[in-house]
Amino acid sequence: MELKIKHLLGLEGVSADDIRTILDTAVSFKQVLERPIKKVPTLQGKTIVNLFYENSTRTRISFELAEKRLSADSVNFSVSGSSVSKGETFKDTVRNIEAMKVDMIVVRHASAGVPHYLTKITDATVINAGDGIHEHPTQALLDMYSIREKLGKLEGLKVGIVGDIAHSRVALSNIYGLQAMGAEVSVCGPATMIPRDISELGVKVIHNIDEAIQENDVLNILRIQLERKAGASLPSTREYHKYYGITRERMEKNKKDVLLLHPGPINRGVEISSEMADGSHQIILDQVTNGVAVRMAILYLLGTRTGEEN
Amino acid sequence: MNIKATILDHEALGRIVTRMAHEIIEKNKGTENLIIMGLRTRGAYLANRLHAKIREIENVDVPIGILDVTLYRDDYRTRLKQPEVSVSNITFDITEKNIVLVDDVLYTGRTIRSALCAIMDFGRPATIKLCCLIDRGHRELPIKADIVGKNIPTSINEEVRLRMVEHDGEDAVYLVDVEN
Repeated sequence: MELKIKHLLGLEGVSADDIRTILDTAVSFKQVLERPIKKVPTLQGKTIVNLFYENSTRTRISFELAEKRLSADSVNFSVSGSSVSKGETFKDTVRNIEAMKVDMIVVRHASAGVPHYLTKITDATVINAGDGIHEHPTQALLDMYSIREKLGKLEGLKVGIVGDIAHSRVALSNIYGLQAMGAEVSVCGPATMIPRDISELGVKVIHNIDEAIQENDVLNILRIQLERKAGASLPSTREYHKYYGITRERMEKNKKDVLLLHPGPINRGVEISSEMADGSHQIILDQVTNGVAVRMAILYLLGTRTGEEN
Repeated sequence: MNIKATILDHEALGRIVTRMAHEIIEKNKGTENLIIMGLRTRGAYLANRLHAKIREIENVDVPIGILDVTLYRDDYRTRLKQPEVSVSNITFDITEKNIVLVDDVLYTGRTIRSALCAIMDFGRPATIKLCCLIDRGHRELPIKADIVGKNIPTSINEEVRLRMVEHDGEDAVYLVDVEN
C-alpha cells in the first residue's frame, strides 16, 4: 500500500487508509527493534536533515535512531551554533542545506505552518516534528500505535485528552488522527485552556476530571507547558494538580480501568502524580519505544515512494 | 493471467515436495540442527509442506520460520509499486544451525541475496542451503540452489506462478505471459 500523502505535515485530512498503512508497517519495524541487530539497509543512500529550531530530546533522538536504523545518512541542525545566530533567514538556511542534496527534511519549529512553507521552497520530502501550537503528527501516530497495541483497536474507543488543549500540537494531531480512525475524542481541562471553538472539531468538552476518567477508555495526559506561558491560564501548578492531576486516589475513586498516555517530558506532581507516572495503568515508556518504530515506518513509506499515482 | 502452460499439477507438486523433503534430510544427514525457513509469501507455504513431510518421514518436528525480506530489497527505486512490509516470524535462535531457505521460484537471485543479508542480521547460522521449487534461469547474481524441484527454461517475457491451496485455492505451477 502506497501512501497518498507525499509529506507528513499534519494529520488533518490524512485518510484512515494512510494512517492504517503507517501503523501496520510500524508493526514490522517494531520487530526489527527487538532483534540483536536493530538495523536494516532499506534507506541506504538517502540523506535526511533534522532541522530543529526548537528544543527536543525524545523526538529528536527518536528520529535520529529511526534514520540510523534504516541506514540513511542523517545530519543534525540546531539553531544554537548555526548561521541563524548570524542573521541568516530561514529560507536561505533551507536553500543552502538543500543545495547539499538532501532527500528528506524533518523539521521542528516554534511557528505553525513552517513545514508547509518548506514544501514550497524545497523538493525534499518534509516531515513535521512539531510546528508551534499547530500539529505534531508523529506523536499522535505513536500514541495511536500504542493504544492499538494495548487495546487491539482504535475504532469505537473513547479517548480523552487532558490539559492545555489550546496550546497543544499533540492534542490537535491526536484529535484529527483518532477521529479519522473512528475513535470518539473528548477534551478535559480548565476553561482557560480549552479553545472556544473546539466543539467545531466534533470533540466533547468535559471540565471535570472525574467525569473524564469515568467516560473514557484512554486518557492522554498532556504536559503543562510552562514555557508556552501556561502560567497565564492557571493560578498555580498546585491548583492544577488538585483539580486535574491524575492521582491514585482519583483513579481508585472512579474504579475504572483507564489506559494512561503521556507524550513526555513529565512534570511529576503537576499533571500526573509520580506514583501514577510509574504505575500499572500507564504505557509512557512503551510510547517512546513505539515512537522509533512508527518513525521508521513513516521514513520508509515516504522515502521509498515511487511517485506513481495508484 | 494468461496461462501458456501448466508446469505442475496437484499430484506432481506433491511428488516433488516428497522428494525435496528426502533430499533435505539426506543433505543434512538427518534432522539435527535443521531449520526450515520459508520466504514470504509462497515460500512460507511451501516450507510448511516440507516441514509436514519431514515430520512424516523422520517423526521429528524441526523448527520452522518465516522470513520477510522487503526491507532488504534493492529494487524499491525501480519498482512501480511500493512493496508492503510484513513481519518475519523467527522465534528461535539460529546461531550454529543449518538453515534450509525455501522459496518458490528462483529467478534473478536478488530475493535470495536479500534473504541471506536478512538472516545474517538474526544471527550466525552454521550453514544455509537453498531449496527452490522452480529454477527458471536468468540469474543476475552468483547464486545457485542446492535442492531444485524442477528446472524450467523460460524467456524473460514469461513468468512462473506457483499457486497453493492455502493461499490461492489450488495447487499448481503455471507458465504465464507477463501482463503489460
